[in-house]
Amino acid sequence: MSNYMDREQKNLLLEIMEYSFALVETNLYLDTHPSDEGALKLHNAYSQRYQELLSIYEAKYGPLRYTQMSGCPWAYINDPWPWEIDFDN
Amino acid sequence: MWIYEKKLQYPVRVYSTNPALAQMILEQFGGADGELSAGIRYLTQRWTMPTNEGKAILTDIGTEELAHWEIIGTIVWKLVKDASPEQIKGTPFEAHFVNHGKSPFPHDASGVPWTASYINSKGDPIADLHEDMAAEQKARATYDWLISISDDPGVTDALRFLREREIVHFQRFGEALRIVQEEMDKKKYY
Repeated sequence: MSNYMDREQKNLLLEIMEYSFALVETNLYLDTHPSDEGALKLHNAYSQRYQELLSIYEAKYGPLRYTQMSGCPWAYINDPWPWEIDFDN
Repeated sequence: MWIYEKKLQYPVRVYSTNPALAQMILEQFGGADGELSAGIRYLTQRWTMPTNEGKAILTDIGTEELAHWEIIGTIVWKLVKDASPEQIKGTPFEAHFVNHGKSPFPHDASGVPWTASYINSKGDPIADLHEDMAAEQKARATYDWLISISDDPGVTDALRFLREREIVHFQRFGEALRIVQEEMDKKKYY
């Protein structure tokens, strides 16, 4: 088990985490305000960028979701797992 | 169904080894007002929620709570992973350690294991959404107490993030309650 993740991979992962969180916020807001066009616009813009970043990340470092493709061997299992990452190094 | 995404909702940074603080943080891993209780409570209430807004908010907040449970487990793990038995001896984490080693376990800060009696599902959307709003405030208060005793800046940062989420959830549940009440007012039977 290694908690090491190089700077480039970590920065991309952190950016994905930011977009993912923004989507959690727009998702919850839209659940109770489904006709808010401004919020929907924001959600759709975040969603598009999120998908783009995920494709870049997963092609380079392996799947973050089991539904995605991988080279051999199955890179989904690679460390570090989320609770092992040292976000400062 | 659910799909796991191999990432945390918020980056957990921990700068110290502190088994005593880990034991207190377990309150939110398996305590009455913790993240496990929250997730199971909301996801269980979905079947009898009458409005689409309510079904969506219970599903999505319930799911977010499981991501928070993962964050709490990660804080606890990082606080104890490098601790020697000597560093654990005499701390409030010692009793946990002799049973579970360094694995997080869903019990509260005093070691009482998680139980389904921490949650409720009344089959009544008004009762359930009021319970959910109260649960968010109780969780927010627990985070206030935890933040007041944390002396690790990384842990405090993650706890502040989680505290903010309780406030957002309280707001969304309040809106879901208003929508349910409006819906019920529309179909009054006399």
